Amino acid sequence: MKPLYFIPIALFVLLAIALAIGLTLSPSRIPSALVGKPAPEFEVPDLYIEGATLSTADLKDGRMKLLNIFGSWCEPCKLEHPILMILKNEGVPIYALDYKDEADDAKEFLETRGNPFERIGVDEGRVAIAFGMTGVPETFIIDGEGNILYQHIGPLNTDVVRHIILPLLKGEGR
Amino acid sequence: MRSLVFILLAFFSFLAVEPARAIAVDEDILENPEDEARATELMKEIRCLICQNQSIFDSEAGIARDLRKIVRERVAAGDSEQDIKALLVSSYGDWVLLKPPFNIRTYLLWLAPLFFLVLGAFLALTRLRKKQGVIKNEPLSVAEKARLKKLLSGEDKR
Repeated sequence: MKPLYFIPIALFVLLAIALAIGLTLSPSRIPSALVGKPAPEFEVPDLYIEGATLSTADLKDGRMKLLNIFGSWCEPCKLEHPILMILKNEGVPIYALDYKDEADDAKEFLETRGNPFERIGVDEGRVAIAFGMTGVPETFIIDGEGNILYQHIGPLNTDVVRHIILPLLKGEGR
Repeated sequence: MRSLVFILLAFFSFLAVEPARAIAVDEDILENPEDEARATELMKEIRCLICQNQSIFDSEAGIARDLRKIVRERVAAGDSEQDIKALLVSSYGDWVLLKPPFNIRTYLLWLAPLFFLVLGAFLALTRLRKKQGVIKNEPLSVAEKARLKKLLSGEDKR
């Protein structure tokens, strides 16, 4: 058989491989384009402290930290909440954005379940878009200079905490 | 016959109606109709990040509404189409645009169909040419004609 005859089947095999790999990918949520870049400029009201704001400057405090986006209305956020409490007890600084939420509902959520966050900013939706977030929950790892090192989409799980978050956080050495 | 025409007309009349848009009645449309038109055209080219087969113009998702607000603000502020698209791409990457831009990474995407068409045409033509070369169109010789006659009349005993 002439070698030319194998071209269609070779192309088919290549296409089949590409599609098979595609099936294993999860395109349901688009990752932020800002991973590896500085956090965007933002300023939002603090959930608890009247007149105070949470802004980009707060992210540049010299510490490795997490930025979590959540809502009291969000079911998967309830699932990851215990992990956030554990991280807080380990001494991990966690800032939060309360997304498309009612202040009273958010406060009640945190009172009943515990508050793992040092500071919470209230976001109508703009800051999430600036960060390249597409929904809740998401968690960013942010370094002391305000650069975004990593994004986790969806609720946190023990694997990502053990293998990615804690190593990155401890890597900076505090 | 007339009832058939009527039925067909009734059936296809939906084409004459503008489909109901997902945009809520209380959404703040820009005052300047030209601006609103530009904003609308732009919205149709931006992907809803949750319902990813829809544009933000069509989608009812909360994030789509937020993005529509941002597009309207930027258009009213005088930003160019390029600027607004660049702003969204800086947050979400090229995938946020429904029409992928023509750059290094996507030129394969754009050119692949053309490439396969050309390849297919080339293969088809070379195969055809080869087949035609095999068929001889020379007329039969005298001896061959005689032999053919014998065969056809059955004189040849198998």
